[in-house]
Amino acid sequence: MTAPVVEAKASERAATTPPAPARRRGFAVHFAHYKWLYLLLLPGVLYFAIFRYGPMYGVSIAFKDYVPFLGVNGSPWVGVTNFTDFFANPDFPRLLGNTLILAFLNLGIAFPLTIILALLLNEVRLSVLKRTVQTLVYIPHFLSWTIVASLSFLLFALDIGPLFQFVNSLFGTNVDILSDPNWFRPLIVLQEIWKNTGLGTIIFLAALATVDQDQYEAAIIDGAGRFRRVWHITLPGIRSTIIVMLILAIGQMLNTGFEQIYLMTNALNRSVADVFDTYVYFVGITQGAYSYSTAVGLFKSLVGIVLIFGTNWLSKRFNQSGLF
Amino acid sequence: MKIHNTRGGRVFDAANYVFLSLIGIITLLPFIYVIAGSFANEAEITRRAFFVWPEQFTLGAYEYIFSTPAFTRALITTVLVTLVGTLVQLVLTVTMAYPLAKKNLRGRKLIMSLVVFAMVFSGGMIPTFLLVKDLGLLNSYWALILPAAINPFSLIIIKNFFQELPAELEESAKMDGATEIGILWRILLPLSKPVLATFALFYAVGIWNDFMSPLLYLSDNNMWTLQMYLRQVTAASDLLGTGNVDPTYIPPEQGIKFAVIVVATLPILIFYPFLQKHFAKGMLIGSVKG
Repeated sequence: MTAPVVEAKASERAATTPPAPARRRGFAVHFAHYKWLYLLLLPGVLYFAIFRYGPMYGVSIAFKDYVPFLGVNGSPWVGVTNFTDFFANPDFPRLLGNTLILAFLNLGIAFPLTIILALLLNEVRLSVLKRTVQTLVYIPHFLSWTIVASLSFLLFALDIGPLFQFVNSLFGTNVDILSDPNWFRPLIVLQEIWKNTGLGTIIFLAALATVDQDQYEAAIIDGAGRFRRVWHITLPGIRSTIIVMLILAIGQMLNTGFEQIYLMTNALNRSVADVFDTYVYFVGITQGAYSYSTAVGLFKSLVGIVLIFGTNWLSKRFNQSGLF
Repeated sequence: MKIHNTRGGRVFDAANYVFLSLIGIITLLPFIYVIAGSFANEAEITRRAFFVWPEQFTLGAYEYIFSTPAFTRALITTVLVTLVGTLVQLVLTVTMAYPLAKKNLRGRKLIMSLVVFAMVFSGGMIPTFLLVKDLGLLNSYWALILPAAINPFSLIIIKNFFQELPAELEESAKMDGATEIGILWRILLPLSKPVLATFALFYAVGIWNDFMSPLLYLSDNNMWTLQMYLRQVTAASDLLGTGNVDPTYIPPEQGIKFAVIVVATLPILIFYPFLQKHFAKGMLIGSVKG
């Protein structure tokens, strides 16, 4: 009676965990069979290993005192000194403040504007107009920040720029908008709105197209006006999309966009313009403090990860839906 | 469904149409001003605050910029780097996407999860810079092409596209004795032309618009791309003292700035209809599967 059981067990084992040599031979056969595919895969895998995972390994210098001729591996470990140095640096609260203010301005102004623009476009029944406006407002997204900054430099050019004259006559002032620290943040938010609000509507318009049309009919029969329909049907209908986009936006909060800020920074507005991204560049690349600036960059990424998971947790707790 | 329109609704519609038309026009105004300004003479730019049509047409600004070696060099460089870079990036992405589309290829899942991980986490600016430096790519145009060669997002979409093609196509080709590379080259690629064109365009726009890579990796002024040149011409002066602006720099006339912006914007505007046709779909695929 026992023999068959043992036999069965043995065969079962053979089936689930085949002996090592057979498995290796299996892979060798598999590999030989698909050698062309593996060959095609090789350049891409090398790319990811070198240019994506190489820098991730290089992040270790945040915990080292990087000396160029010793390299990443040879440089001595210093623990968390770079981080404690950064937190003790008077730059830290200033950078955090500047970054957060810009982030909240973008989140509080540009983000709702995107939804409002999508709602207004959604109400348009004249499809020619809708398509034309969409075509126009999407364009700026595809232009580089260099072009956006250059356009700003021309439009706000001291004394002769059309927007320089317009804004100053509006407020009865005569300030150089491009270098005045008080104008830095409005300028950044304005650029962000001009460049990205249009394209941002795509996701919301797609969500709006899925809202159940029968509900509108029912609401009209109940006598609901245009605004009440938007408030009670449309907005709840795209709530999950809004939440997902909000979580993504909050996760990206500390990424203020290096190119935009760098291009708009000058000696006169640095007190408000310096953010984590540009600080890493100035301290790391131009001053050569590689380890310290890597630590700053790592800190920023870690906060970003905490933010995205934190918001996701909060939205799940209060709202049922989350990103993951 | 026909929604009965009340009087208030009609007023709202009219106001909405006017408002959205204004938004569209305001978005466009900076371009019109810059194009008009590039054909106007210096006196007119200084005198008139805003105009959409120059009183006196002149090609002076364009004649000037195309006669300066710094501009023509930057323009030619950027066109070449964009063409070569797009080709390299597209080939690398497609050759990686094709094997990953094969469901029975071992190691495929591991590689895919590493790709997705790289989408979320990156080494950041300084470690990437040090890597490029250690590879000896500083002051090399490869530094503008290789670090961002494969966009994980594009890779995944192209991979999914290959997966969705009918398997019978490949099977019949295999029976006719075609190799894997032959199948990719002769059967899959001709079928995926529109998809490849879309991603080629995205890569091209990325390289053309890139400012950070040349800023980080090219310190030699003679190697500058158009975006770097544009920055030097339009920035009021090197207030930053970053050394990225030539010390012998004399602020150019306004008209020249207008003309350089037009040249740097033109390719994007020319290809914009193609971009617009495809990106909406691309973004939505990303939002569903990303």
